Parts: sequence; C-alpha cells; structure tokens
Amino acid sequence: MLGFLRRTWGAVRRPSVHYSLGFLTMGGFVMGVVFWGGFNTALELTNTETFCTGCHEMRDNVFVELQPTIHYTNRSGVRATCPDCHVPHEWTNKIARKMQASKEVWGKIFGTINTREKFLEKRLELAQHEWARLEANDSLECRNCHSAESMDITRQSTRAAEAHERFLFTGEKTCISCHKGIAHQLPDLGQASLMAAPEAVAELSGYLDQ
Amino acid sequence: MKRQTALIAAILAAAIGGAALAQQSVATLRGGTPLADNADPMVIPKVVNTDLRQVRNYPEQPPLIPHKIDGYQIDLNANKCLTCHSREAIEISQAPMVSITHFMSRDNQFLASVTPRRYFCNQCHVVQTEARPLVENGFVDIDSVLEYVKNQQGGSD
Repeated sequence: MLGFLRRTWGAVRRPSVHYSLGFLTMGGFVMGVVFWGGFNTALELTNTETFCTGCHEMRDNVFVELQPTIHYTNRSGVRATCPDCHVPHEWTNKIARKMQASKEVWGKIFGTINTREKFLEKRLELAQHEWARLEANDSLECRNCHSAESMDITRQSTRAAEAHERFLFTGEKTCISCHKGIAHQLPDLGQASLMAAPEAVAELSGYLDQ
Repeated sequence: MKRQTALIAAILAAAIGGAALAQQSVATLRGGTPLADNADPMVIPKVVNTDLRQVRNYPEQPPLIPHKIDGYQIDLNANKCLTCHSREAIEISQAPMVSITHFMSRDNQFLASVTPRRYFCNQCHVVQTEARPLVENGFVDIDSVLEYVKNQQGGSD
C-alpha cells in the first residue's frame, strides 16, 4: 500500500515523458469542463420539483398541500417550485444546504417518514427546522422574489399595508414570522407552544401535582 | 274501448301541456338550458376586502368578516383566524378580539381560551361577496320597524 502511494507520488512529481504539454493542458481543460459541468448538472437535477416529488414522502404529503395554495395556482401563472423556497439560490449557500440534506437521504433510506402517520408525528419538528432556517437567514428564499423595496403597499389591502409598514420595513420581523403555513398545512401549534416553554410547563405540572 | 282511448289521449294531452306550462313558469338556476347541455357558469363574485366593519342587522348577528379568508386553515392543529383575533395576538395585529362569549363552555364555565364548541369560526362568521342576490330580500332592521310604528301612531309613544 505504502509502495503504491510512493510510486503514484513519484509519477505525479516527474515531468511527463510520453504526453505533450499541449495535450495535458487541453486534456485537463476538457476534463475539467466535463467533470465540473457534470457535477453542476447533477446538482441542478436534484434541484427540481420532479426530483423532489419523485419520492412518495414529498409527493403524497407536502406536494399535495402546496397545490391549492397561491404559490402553485394563481392569477398570473408564476409558480414557485420546491427548491425556490427550500434551497438557497446562491452557490455557496446552496452547497451548504445540499450537504445538510445528506441527513434527509439518511431519513429516506431508513424510512423516517415513510408513512402518513410517521410524517404527521414528525411534522412539527420538520416545520420548526424550516422556520428556524428562514428566521436565521432573514427569509432569504422569500425575498428572492418578494423584495421589500419593490413592494407597492398602496396596492395592498389596508390591513396588509399597515402590517408591512409596522413590522417588515422596520425590520422588526421577517416574512416567516407572520406567514407560516402559506404553502403547507400547519402542524399542531398547541404542542409547539408547550415545547417552546418547557420551564413553564414543568412549573405548571408542579402546581397540578399539589 | 273508444271512450277509453279518448280518455287516455285527454290525460296525455293534459300531462304534456302541464309540463310545458311548468317549464315556462318555474325559474331555475339552469335557466332554459336543456338537460343534456351545460349552462354557462355565473362569474364568481369578488370577496369584499375593505377591512371596514359592517353593521349588524340585529344584535345577535355574528359580525361579518370584512376581508378575504382564502386558504385559512381551521382544524385540530391550527386556527388561522386566531393568529390575529386571539386575546394574545390583538396587541400585535390590532384586530378585534374574539368575543369573550366564545370562552364559555357548555357548562357555563369560562375557559382560558376559545372553547371547542366555538372554535370553527366560519360556522357563523362569513365573508361577503359583491354578488347580486338571487332572491330579493325585504328584511328591515328593528329601528326601521320602530320608526314605522311610531309614524303610524302619529308621532306619540
């Protein structure tokens, strides 16, 4: 093994005997295009609605819920697909998210949510991950399409205009703080509020025991 | 035999005539469209989205919803209406708070939040559309009735 490594290192270090400099340069360039292009094509392939809904976990649960919402069917016919909201568009962040997604591959292989019941049980946790991600990046994926600068609040309803003026333009809240559950159904929020305040729950159950 | 035939003919004529008459006099939502065809659907009316509270026609009337509620989720997991109209939310949303009557259980106990029997908002509260009523409505509210009675009595109580 060590001998093999030493021989390989030796071959790499020495100048080429058989191949011309032109061949090696051009060959390196062409192979670079092929491999880099191939990598990006494969990456883009995993970034499509068809890929996401290729598994029944997504197709039968979240994708069905998306269909009647405004992000799938609307007056102007612009559609947001899965990766538009769930994968960052910028390359570095996209790669980071794709690396995180290896956990989802694990989940797929071991069937973490392979039945409707398992999905519903896990839904609160999954939703909270997405909410936390969007809170942390200031709703970046929302803002890829909906920028506060291009928002004409005179064309919004009074209620919406007031809310955006008070919370969005001041930066007090971000899109996801108010617009949870617009593209998929909400998990059990009662359970969520209990999970958010474990000390309060512990204290309360202390009182109840007395 | 001849008389029987005449009778049957008379009954048939009456039945056909009656059917024709009924077709002319009874207005249905289908209009004059034959059964085998599809009528042109009516235009879907727009939902009133003014955010202005509307008057209640009688004191017990559940207040109308003056905004769109498309896709609002109200089920075991979440109640979209209460994200603005609950007791805790109104400071942020500045929306009218859900009435305290909705906190009372069927045993007349006031609970900490909306009781399950009053949880499904759009069982009583509805949006309004700009649709023309299919049937004319002659409802007048109690003030108009009192005014009318007062006028009938010559202005004295």
